[in-house]
Amino acid sequence: MLKEGQIRIPSGCAISGVFNRDGKRVNGSDIITSISVMHDRSNGLGGGFAGYGIYPEYKDFFAFHVFFDSKESRAECEKYLDGRFDVYEKGEIPTRKHKNISGAPGIWRYFIKPRAGILDAAMLDEREFVARTVFFMNTEIKGAYVFSSGKNMGIFKAVGYPEDVGEYYRLEDYRGYSWTAHGRYPTNTPGWWGGAHPFGLLDLSVVHNGEISSYDANRRHMEMFGYKCTLLTDTEVITYILDYLVRKRGLTLTEASNVIAAPFWGTIEKMDAERKGYYSYLRQAFPEMLITGPFSILAGFEGGMLALNDRLKLRSMVTAEKDKTTYFASEECAIRIISPEIDSIRAPKGGEPVIVTLENGADNPQ
Amino acid sequence: MKRVYVDEKWCLGCHLCEYYCAFANSGKSDMVDAFKNMKLSPRIRIEEGREGAKAISFAVSCRHCDEPFCVKSCIAGAIRQEDGIVVIDSEKCVGCCTCILVCPFGALSPSQNGTMLKCELCINNAGGVPACVKGCINRAIVFEER
Amino acid sequence: MPLNYFYPDYEIDRNFMRCINCRACERQCANEVHSYSEEKRLMDCDSSKCVNCQRCVSLCPTRALRIVKTVNTFKQNYSWTQDKIGDIYRQADAGGVLLSSMGNPQQYPVYWDKILINASQVTNPSIDPLREPMETTVFLGKKPKQIERDENGKLKNNLPVHLALKLPIMFSAMSYGSISYNAHESLARAAEAMGTYYNTGEGGLHEDFYKYQNSTIVQVASGRFGVYKKYLEAGAAIEIKMGQGAKPGIGGHLPGMKIIGDISRTRMIPEGTDAISPAPHHDIYSIEDLRQLVYSLKEVTEFKKPVIVKVAAVHNIAAIASGVARSGADIIAIDGFRGGTGAAPSAIRDNVGIPIELALAGVDARLREEGIRDEVSLVIGGSVRSSADIVKAIALGADAVYIATSALIALGCHLCRSCHAGRCNWGIAAQREDLVRRLNPDIGYKRLCNLLNAWNHEIKEMMGGMGINSIEALKGNRLMLRGIGLTDAELKVLGIQHAGE
Repeated sequence: MLKEGQIRIPSGCAISGVFNRDGKRVNGSDIITSISVMHDRSNGLGGGFAGYGIYPEYKDFFAFHVFFDSKESRAECEKYLDGRFDVYEKGEIPTRKHKNISGAPGIWRYFIKPRAGILDAAMLDEREFVARTVFFMNTEIKGAYVFSSGKNMGIFKAVGYPEDVGEYYRLEDYRGYSWTAHGRYPTNTPGWWGGAHPFGLLDLSVVHNGEISSYDANRRHMEMFGYKCTLLTDTEVITYILDYLVRKRGLTLTEASNVIAAPFWGTIEKMDAERKGYYSYLRQAFPEMLITGPFSILAGFEGGMLALNDRLKLRSMVTAEKDKTTYFASEECAIRIISPEIDSIRAPKGGEPVIVTLENGADNPQ
Repeated sequence: MKRVYVDEKWCLGCHLCEYYCAFANSGKSDMVDAFKNMKLSPRIRIEEGREGAKAISFAVSCRHCDEPFCVKSCIAGAIRQEDGIVVIDSEKCVGCCTCILVCPFGALSPSQNGTMLKCELCINNAGGVPACVKGCINRAIVFEER
Repeated sequence: MPLNYFYPDYEIDRNFMRCINCRACERQCANEVHSYSEEKRLMDCDSSKCVNCQRCVSLCPTRALRIVKTVNTFKQNYSWTQDKIGDIYRQADAGGVLLSSMGNPQQYPVYWDKILINASQVTNPSIDPLREPMETTVFLGKKPKQIERDENGKLKNNLPVHLALKLPIMFSAMSYGSISYNAHESLARAAEAMGTYYNTGEGGLHEDFYKYQNSTIVQVASGRFGVYKKYLEAGAAIEIKMGQGAKPGIGGHLPGMKIIGDISRTRMIPEGTDAISPAPHHDIYSIEDLRQLVYSLKEVTEFKKPVIVKVAAVHNIAAIASGVARSGADIIAIDGFRGGTGAAPSAIRDNVGIPIELALAGVDARLREEGIRDEVSLVIGGSVRSSADIVKAIALGADAVYIATSALIALGCHLCRSCHAGRCNWGIAAQREDLVRRLNPDIGYKRLCNLLNAWNHEIKEMMGGMGINSIEALKGNRLMLRGIGLTDAELKVLGIQHAGE
């Protein structure tokens, strides 16, 4: 059977996110509880989490989480990293034995920083250099897969139900101000840990529920800009589109959301001149990055979280508030289970981006 | 009132209107049958130019004038106007041809049995749209209010 | 010599039981096939003059006519076919180049018919275009290179000049001269009514049609007929014609007998002179010369009009397109080898060039590999026969399609492939006044609108089936296509998987 990346596998999913706007760091227990009540939205073939603010003591270093198929691939990978980065610390990511999780690859973590001389010679900014390193390792080093590469954040994922994956990775030992979770229902057996979600590049991590119909149009367009879609999943290409529009083209997250889930021309026609100009411009300038078909995504980034639905709202997603905490989930029950007394709850409209960021004066670990 | 109008710009001189007209007024249900066994006279006629490719053709049929000379001149009282449409009662027609003489458009002609024939806008057959209009392949004949 | 006689390929089969001698067939046949015998009181015919345009069949009021392929045949031979033998006789007789019209009719693979379209089942929902918005608006032109903001941080509108199409279909170039005034009027009015564009071809623009300028693409070809400042300014875009799919590598020739009256005035050449378009543009012998023409045209129109460069699909089309994309052109139009023509040497029409499906797939992939797909829009033409062909073209990577043969068929053309004879019974490829009159633009433009509306509706249905509600999400979406009965090499060029994979 073909593995993830050799063939495109559509999936149904559950997603959940918790964001503390005051920067209060909480451990991973709540997010595990939240995703666990949507058990039936996954089928045990993929689960994962992303936490932000979890490595305050290493906040100046890129935290690489890497899967290895073999000792040889790790040796090759470390040799490659040693040549280009200062490796501040490395080691296996702590896990606990779990009856429902098996077939684990080597799971390692590296806190690294590009060497000054190398960076200057490459004439690239630090983030672009790191992004290119990730692409190189994932396509050129056999048996190695970098699945998390941001600063002061980390992705943890595996083949299994998400609640089991959370326990396996001992998420109760990490404290973050922002968490996202994903339970996957692929229509095939990838059996590969790299295929689980969240998908990340630098500090951007995306969890997504849906199957986008624009996939290959988006993928082929993004590959033109040097992105390599090795997994053939929606989440991967959505991550790259967000990264490209925000990091490389300089759009705001709202502008990027209005490209991805643009209003219909019929709606734009009825707007006042200024809004009409704005939306028409984005649609005409970036038509290939419009995403059609059902999706609900949560994108975590340094200091914030974005929630976005496709423009027809073909996937469920609700958002709730309680004091300084914002919740997002595929189903309301996933919020109620961890915060029964929420202040408000609503379903954002299709194509309406909901963006939360740390408040001024919040204890931003960055 | 809706009338049949002809735009000579689009008339191809194919004469099909004449055939569709004659067939519509034949009382037959099959066109082949109508023409194989009867000599028919159409109530619309193509006037053809003779200048080769530049020649202009156009179809002529009753204009249903507001003050028709034919009605005034009919000695038998066979021609009358009903809701603007000039109709002829062949029972009363004596075949004197006065109407042919007075019609400035040449829109009347004698039938096989000597009574006069003229376009009655297909009110007694197809109904709705006259057969010549329906049958015109280039929309040179139209049925409209002007 | 008896070798001059060819038994006609098609024979008139008249059912005398039904014929009523109305003589409409006789009056409407410019080839003078039909005649009436006063003596026999029957219709007669000379099938050897028949081009099988079906005009008589279509308008016979009693359905008494049909045209059948003759059973008369040379001794069957798969190598020396009747066509090949006949051509040799003709050339041995006359010593000339054989001419023919419209697109390549030979038995080459039609890749459109070997590609299948996807639909949604279970994992994502299909969308009903009758109940949900479904968008087919397309913009052709370059994309902004950089985001710019004003002092308040608002996005500046720095979009380069472009064409806006309500649907991904344009009428491709057909000159006034090769087709009639009424055919041009039908195309212009339909383009305006449908929110798209028609193309003047290389024969200039009749002064009556300047009023459709917002729906007009003006063409500049190697003969430069009818080209002057006002003409260039009269279009929404300017197209430089480098080549034509039906006859790559050669120019055009409109015989002097057709250069009369308005055609002579519109082409700006004296009456009766042959209008000969040279094979190359004599100011373009290489790609850097093309860049100069692109910029002179932009200069003269104050950079307000997008420039299209039209090329024929030939073997190294991907490299050519890459060069054109870097020439400053805003849009590349590629014409496949089954594209039509008013007249071309048969040897060239039938043997030169490549299928548009393969050219399109190759060019789109190459421009993406080079990272310059955003520099140009891609319009393809050359036998786009249906809405399904359009969906497949867009999924392979086209922004929009050009149609011409389909448009002519909508106007009545029956593909008798005798345009070069100048006796088009449908009033399309004719200049004789009595023949031109046969195409009433009031009818013609409506039929073109009907066709475009019908196709657009079908495109929307197919998009909805795939769960796609905006045409840009279909562009280059090759996962939505699968090949059927194709070799590995063909699949590789098309960049698609085989059905079942």
